[in-house]
Amino acid sequence: MFEVIFLQFLNGLDKGAAYALIALGLTLVFGTLGVVNFAHGALFMLGAFCAVLFRQFVTLETVTLDPEKLSPWGAPLEIREPLVQAWFGDFGAVLVNYSVPASIIITIPIMLLVGIGLERGIIKHFYKRPHAEQILVTFGLAIVAQELIKSFFGPNPIPQPMPSDLRGAADIGAFLGMQANVITYPIWRLIYFLFSFVIIGGVFAFLQFTTFGMVVRAGMADRETVGLLGINIDRRFTIMFGLAAVVAGMAGVMYTPLLPPNYHIGMDFLVLSFVVVVVGGMGSLPGAVAAGFLLGILQSFASMTQVKALIPGIDQIIIYLVAVVILLVLPRGLFGRRGVMEA
Amino acid sequence: MTLLKRGLSRRRVLQTGVAGIIGTGVAPLMFTKGAWAQEFCNNPSGDTVTFGLNLPLTGAYAEEGADEQKAYELAVQHLNGEGDGGLISVLTPTALKGNGILGKKVAFVTSDSQTKADVARAGATRMIERDGAIMVTGGSSSAEAIAVQGLCQEMGVIFMAGLTHSNDTTGKDKRRYGFRHFFNAYQSGIGLGPVLGQEYGTDRRAYHLTADYTWGWTQEESMKAATEALGWQTVEAVRTPLGAADFSQYLTPVLNSGADVLILNHYGNDMVNSLTQAVQFGMRDRQANGKNFEIVVPLFSELMAKGAGANIKGIYGTSNWHWNLQDPGTIAFTKSFGAAYGAPPSQAAHTAYVQALLYADACERAGTFYPPEVIKALEGHEFDGMGNGPTLYRAEDHQCIKNVLVVQGNDNPTSEYDVLNIVQEVPRDTVAYDPTIFGGDLGPAEPAPMC
Repeated sequence: MFEVIFLQFLNGLDKGAAYALIALGLTLVFGTLGVVNFAHGALFMLGAFCAVLFRQFVTLETVTLDPEKLSPWGAPLEIREPLVQAWFGDFGAVLVNYSVPASIIITIPIMLLVGIGLERGIIKHFYKRPHAEQILVTFGLAIVAQELIKSFFGPNPIPQPMPSDLRGAADIGAFLGMQANVITYPIWRLIYFLFSFVIIGGVFAFLQFTTFGMVVRAGMADRETVGLLGINIDRRFTIMFGLAAVVAGMAGVMYTPLLPPNYHIGMDFLVLSFVVVVVGGMGSLPGAVAAGFLLGILQSFASMTQVKALIPGIDQIIIYLVAVVILLVLPRGLFGRRGVMEA
Repeated sequence: MTLLKRGLSRRRVLQTGVAGIIGTGVAPLMFTKGAWAQEFCNNPSGDTVTFGLNLPLTGAYAEEGADEQKAYELAVQHLNGEGDGGLISVLTPTALKGNGILGKKVAFVTSDSQTKADVARAGATRMIERDGAIMVTGGSSSAEAIAVQGLCQEMGVIFMAGLTHSNDTTGKDKRRYGFRHFFNAYQSGIGLGPVLGQEYGTDRRAYHLTADYTWGWTQEESMKAATEALGWQTVEAVRTPLGAADFSQYLTPVLNSGADVLILNHYGNDMVNSLTQAVQFGMRDRQANGKNFEIVVPLFSELMAKGAGANIKGIYGTSNWHWNLQDPGTIAFTKSFGAAYGAPPSQAAHTAYVQALLYADACERAGTFYPPEVIKALEGHEFDGMGNGPTLYRAEDHQCIKNVLVVQGNDNPTSEYDVLNIVQEVPRDTVAYDPTIFGGDLGPAEPAPMC
């Protein structure tokens, strides 16, 4: 039974890491700019499609027709040669194999530009508007982004293979000195968990230990006073929006081997992420991370057969059930501050 | 003459007579010979007849929906005498002439069902009421098929189901106006069971992950029956939501459950995701109970196999049809579809195409679009040449009885389409069953109130 519980806990951490990573970006935007950003899921999706785009580029092929051989439907057989491998030889093959992690190189600048463009172009005009209007405009942006991706990449999921060396499962049990082949877990999921851990730690360190971060935190606490000190807090907040977009984008990239991305992938995570943010406390970064892991772990345990036998269907409602209970007991969420989103 | 003299002119007599005839109700019988042909939903009055294509173009079964759409467009071309004629020349017997249906050109309207039963029903209603669809067809989910064929029964419009594999479609939820060419979960079990016994032995412990809706339930039930008949034990059967995307929380309990076979009662994107994730969990490299851990996918699709990539290699399942069969019908359809779209058709495309042709052929044979007559033409109809061998559209439950394929993921594919090998073609007599075992009632064929 220990193995079962341990594996389910590990799965909860893995799920929680994804929730926490998305919720972190959402909270960054809300905490700095005060904007409820329903387009955040779309940023996750755009990041995932950066990986798709990168792979499509590195797997470009030349197609020649062999008139000697025919396909079963009578067309000349196509002979395909990958271009990247022709150009770069072995390095080309490595690039194709590691296309998902390598695509982070293009994802960071793209998402930074997208984030800053979005904030400067549209969202800054809605800072002083009611939250309902912010939700409407950002939700509209999300739908536009979805439709654009659908028109370019089609409606179907596009599988993104993980690097061949990182396929399969790691024997964690043996690593911990237990019996072999009892506690095994997919390597890429462990990598995703570590990746989330590093990104979350990096964001916290950036806010905690840099002058930039200190100013941003001061601005989050009292925007007007920081402005009176002659600091251009708006520019820093714009950069924070860009940073949130980068975090969401990288989360999307690394998730693609686990779930083939389609245009709807962001929306699937958005609702869950909002629940995570609300449970954690609006605007609280530690709250978002803690709630992400809490809900991930609970969702994983609720899917166990033994639990489902006690309460049928609990795996489908656990997150919302816990959210209701927490908000009844702690109306501001786990780490919510007084005055945030309160009239 | 006396009467006339009293003021009853010949004109008056004629007027009175005609009024009497009309009044007694004789006129409708005199002047409307074949009047039944005019009194049904969307009777085509112009020079075209419209099919309503209800397709899951988004959602978990979007790939199947997109392929079905291509097939229907091809079928419409062939029915109208365009292109290479496809299967019209190999269907036997056939009344199709390649000039539309009963001299009317075939047109179509489409609706995206989003792989959701309620949306499918709303789309079908719209196509019948607004667009005048004479027949509704399509769908890649049994929940959709059951919802839409119920609606079609109410509205008196024939529904030619696309890809639907639940036993319920032609079982407890069968309808007089609904027809299924695709095989079903029960037939998958009958076909696949002996092959699993031969390959994996009779001492196995199976764990089921099942899509939580009508198809998944009947697929699980059928596979349990087939494998338990072999002597296998069922360790657990866990229901997962349709479109769950991440199945990891359902896969972790499998690892230490004592099972040595995982049966994935999933289809479409769910199948791609659950199989990919199961392989990521190392299940194909695992040993359990001193045996290799195995994964079984009872209902395969080549589109799904393509999406799952190398993960599908060596895995057993069943299929309604596959493009590399070597009969004249399959060769003709593969060539026709491949020439039009540059890729071989999927089983979803095949069943969609065949259904469109069978409906058209039934109208031609009946000599009318009047649904009760078309239904009679389809019920008990024997045909051949469509790629599945001799086929019977069984009158009792509107289920096509034909050969079923047991397939296996190809270990050495020669192209991206060469993903499945046919292991066995199970004869139709083996997969035929008593139509009463799943209950249900077809209901009446009389015309419903006008839509």
